Amino acid sequence: MTTTTAEAPTRRDTGDLLFRTLTGGWIFLLLIVLLSIFLVLRPEQFGSAYNVQQLTINAAIFLVLAVGQTYVIISAGIDLSVGSVLVFSSVVSSKLMLYLAGDGGTSFGTTDAGWGIILVGVAAAVLAGMAWGLLNGFLIAVARIPALIVTLGTMGMALGGAQILSDGVDVRAMPERLVNDIGAGSIAGIPVLVLIAALCVVVAGIVLHKTRYGLQVFAVGSHIEAARRSGIAVNRRLISVYALSGAMAGIAAVMANARFGTTTINGHVMDNLTTISAVVLGGTSLFGGAGSVFGTVVGVFIPIILLNGFVIMGIPPFWQTVAMGAVLILAVWVDQLKRRLRKRG
Amino acid sequence: MTTPLLEATDIHRTFGHVQALRGANFSVMPNEIVALIGDNGAGKSTLVKILSGADRPDTGSIRVAGETMHFGSPYDAQQAGIATVFQDLALAPDLPPAENLFLGRELVRPGFAGRLGFLDRRAMRERAAEQFQRLGVHLKSDRVAIETLSGGQRQSVAIARAAMWAQRVIILDEPTAALGVVQTQRVLDLAKRVRDQGISVVLISHNMPQVLDVADRVQVLRLGQTVANLDASSASVDDLVREMTSGTAEEAA
Repeated sequence: MTTTTAEAPTRRDTGDLLFRTLTGGWIFLLLIVLLSIFLVLRPEQFGSAYNVQQLTINAAIFLVLAVGQTYVIISAGIDLSVGSVLVFSSVVSSKLMLYLAGDGGTSFGTTDAGWGIILVGVAAAVLAGMAWGLLNGFLIAVARIPALIVTLGTMGMALGGAQILSDGVDVRAMPERLVNDIGAGSIAGIPVLVLIAALCVVVAGIVLHKTRYGLQVFAVGSHIEAARRSGIAVNRRLISVYALSGAMAGIAAVMANARFGTTTINGHVMDNLTTISAVVLGGTSLFGGAGSVFGTVVGVFIPIILLNGFVIMGIPPFWQTVAMGAVLILAVWVDQLKRRLRKRG
Repeated sequence: MTTPLLEATDIHRTFGHVQALRGANFSVMPNEIVALIGDNGAGKSTLVKILSGADRPDTGSIRVAGETMHFGSPYDAQQAGIATVFQDLALAPDLPPAENLFLGRELVRPGFAGRLGFLDRRAMRERAAEQFQRLGVHLKSDRVAIETLSGGQRQSVAIARAAMWAQRVIILDEPTAALGVVQTQRVLDLAKRVRDQGISVVLISHNMPQVLDVADRVQVLRLGQTVANLDASSASVDDLVREMTSGTAEEAA
């Protein structure tokens, strides 16, 4: 009495799989293709342990930011403030560590602050980031101001705040242990920064895809009114998503401080667009409700590998910017084609 | 006489100068499909909103199984065993059917993993499959997003969800308005099956032959008042049209 249940299931399954690979997995295939091309053309340089390490270190900070952005975009929002919040958190954290180390006067070199002080600095960075995220979330969920406007506003406020706190001058005295053991350190040959990023990615991926909380984030992004009427605490979910993005920016701030040995006030203007394009490239829909952390990881690595490959091949690195723009447009186009095809279903 | 599962008495509701409801009565008995019909502007939507908890009457009482209730929200109505499927269906289009059935009521794994919030997707899929089986809803796949399904199938998922969580009554607001002939028939069959599971169904519809075909009883609204309460087996389309266009409240009493 209903659909044609007699339809051959095997054929449909292969069709399904093919469809999903072509639409969802194509960006992963692109990554594999890029890797293969560069590996074949320049195996010694591109495949060297040193290069792989540099690639992953370059990706580490973006990965942490982009994972937070993934949650936000799946909830049908956007967070433009991530880069500024990173800067704000890094200034707060480094200023606090400098003050606690009793070396407030000097602003060069390193301090010999112990792990206790560093831990306080980490907590301060994460809390500062989370505070901006909570503000974003409150204004978006409760005051119902569009996320684009709210995070555009806090993007300016957080950067300005960081510049007020630091007089616009980078804090260049970091605890030596932070820089040496976390920024440049490695455990079992894997850089600590990469380990931190991997931990963030794995935990965030599990929470998003395996827990009730994660599913509700998808539901909110897919149809906010349906989620509300089903009894999901929509406002709390939205606020939490932005708080998470802010906290991730706080973690990324510590990583940046550790890596560069200084705050990088002017170095994160493009972080928001970099992470958004990574998330979208990874197949997460800008309309919310669909996406994955794994896709975001792929989306983070594509521009980094492209740039790295171009540099090794001697192609002017400016071409990477051009290529990335084209790939991004392609990614969104494919996403929309996919949606149209699915709707026709 | 048995107590109605859901009974609204002398409901009045005014918006500014518009008297949407002027003493409407409505009742749902156990194990029946009641159709609520009326011309545009007769007050159907307002009455549905009040019955489903989305709006409150100015005066009048709502009783569920004989007990007076004051619904502050659709959630209150759901707690009382009454679920409504509005025309927008309130499904999450990107999520698969099982996840939609358990929206806001997700199942978690037993033990410690459950306390951490880990989903039990397998249990959700199994119980969703049971529910679809019971109600004769056949979906091409239980993994694909709802938005890839046809309009009738989406409607079926929404109804199956309502029937899963409502103990007493589900209200279907124009469930077949946007559907073709075959899909309409499927949704109506589904309504019958829901009734056979012991949940009464309120069907709001414009389509009179359809109403007579599927409903046990038909209540007619005209100008905010209940003007007729007919046995569907003995009424004709002409009777319904007459009541909709010229019925008066006295006849209904």
